[in-house]
Amino acid sequence: MKKAIIIDDEPLARSIVKEYLAFYPQIEVAEECNDGFQGVKAIQQHQPDIVFLDIQMPKINGFEMLELIDEPPAIIFTTAFDEYAIRAFEAHAVDYLLKPFSRERFSKALDKWLSQSATNQQKVATESLLQSAAHSPSQSERIVVKTAGRIKIIPLHEIQYLEAADDYVKIFTAEGNYLKKKTMSYFEDVLDPKQFVRTHRSYIVNIQQITRIDAYEKENQVAILTSGVKIPVSKNGYIKLKSVLGI
Amino acid sequence: MLHSFGLTWEMAYMDSAVSNGGLMLASILLINTFRYYLPRKERYGFILGLCATVAVVWLFLTRAILLSFASVDFEKLYTDSVYLRLTFAFLILGCMALLSVLWYTLKDQQQNEQRKAEAEKLAKEAELFKLRQQLHPHFLFNSLNSINALIGSRPQEAREMIQKLSDFLRGILKKEENQWISLSEELQHLQLYLDIEKVRFGHRLTTTIDAPEKIGELRIPAMLLQPVVENAIKFGLYDTTDTINISISAENTNEQLIIRVKNPFDPATSLPQKGTGFGLSSVKRRLYLLFARTDLLETATEDNLFITSIKVPQQ
Repeated sequence: MKKAIIIDDEPLARSIVKEYLAFYPQIEVAEECNDGFQGVKAIQQHQPDIVFLDIQMPKINGFEMLELIDEPPAIIFTTAFDEYAIRAFEAHAVDYLLKPFSRERFSKALDKWLSQSATNQQKVATESLLQSAAHSPSQSERIVVKTAGRIKIIPLHEIQYLEAADDYVKIFTAEGNYLKKKTMSYFEDVLDPKQFVRTHRSYIVNIQQITRIDAYEKENQVAILTSGVKIPVSKNGYIKLKSVLGI
Repeated sequence: MLHSFGLTWEMAYMDSAVSNGGLMLASILLINTFRYYLPRKERYGFILGLCATVAVVWLFLTRAILLSFASVDFEKLYTDSVYLRLTFAFLILGCMALLSVLWYTLKDQQQNEQRKAEAEKLAKEAELFKLRQQLHPHFLFNSLNSINALIGSRPQEAREMIQKLSDFLRGILKKEENQWISLSEELQHLQLYLDIEKVRFGHRLTTTIDAPEKIGELRIPAMLLQPVVENAIKFGLYDTTDTINISISAENTNEQLIIRVKNPFDPATSLPQKGTGFGLSSVKRRLYLLFARTDLLETATEDNLFITSIKVPQQ
């Protein structure tokens, strides 16, 4: 028996997926979720084989929800987004269904998944899905993290700096710090380079927060933030910083 | 030829060089003039006059140059041939002028046509964009998806939904940008939209409309409220996970129709720059175009309520 989870904020949109799924006795619907928060919980609890996921949902969208899951399952998107918006992710999801979709179209997506799941291609696919989703519009203004079982949305302007910490990156805000399982180069790539500068191998700084840059040792500088924290600036980092600040 | 009139070779060459060189300079002068200034069609007389003037100037200049180092013989010959020279110069310059006017007119026309085509293309694109916006593709497809689900389980409700969606779309197509309608008409149309959204979002969405009957006849630009309410619903539904209530109230104060739309939001996660709303800028723009005022749309926050107020002056 395979387990499915349906995540969509519109009840009727969930019911049509359920109705179509009824033709597949080998798949049971483990849970239906209203939003991404419930979705994260349900996926961790049930470890489903397949998730039907809407993109535009309350608080966190479908992509952001996926980011919070350590080992994302196979995904079929169900969305009313136009094809252009979804095309970027097309290659990585099992399939995407444009609402409203017919039973035939639904079956095609599901059969594709059933034949794929034998070959175990999904994990790689969902990983690369997340890579390309990193540039979706909402993620250019906030970062979603999990902290002590809760989900926290951090608007980018609240970030003071980021620090590398083994397999994680520590995100510092006025309220505290949060861990996200990503690399520094991931954030360097995703964050707006006019606002966030990688001043050092282990640090990315929000330039809005810098009040002063002092000389430190021979070739190194140190950036002092409004909060008083001192951030190391390497020789290369100083060059980058100067060009962004226009000095 | 000049040689056969008894001129020295030297003088003949000199004459033709100065005359033709001067003519060439004059032609270039004319061509350049027409490049920057093209006379209208009815002013060909002006072109001829200009050619004649330039020809006369050319004549005096070449005469002055040639006579400054010529013999008496030459002066006589020159005086004899002065009309011939003038006519020759006038014809050459006239031809040059006509050719260049023709050439530049042609070029101008081509440019005009290109500009016109570009303007048309832009206008078409803008219109298409507007149409697409008016059709609300996201709303439309999600509504159709809900209908698709209802057909299987609750066909009666599916019919109602189709009816409402049709009435709503017909309303959009019927109403023109600058048409004024009564508040009660606008609210009726809005109710269709709200009913459809309520079917989509189920129990999560409730709405209250509070407009005293006596102000139902006040006037309002058609389709002014829909984008505001759409914004409130989006803001409310996507910014919280709870059930939300959208409240719409209207009142008449000092000959102004004031409409307030309130939606809940989460102050902790909403970005301050989002405070002006996603779809509100177009409403603001429209109000500005209608009344030349920028203070008719205002937004405020009150605890976890986002309030959009619109003033419509009653003329």
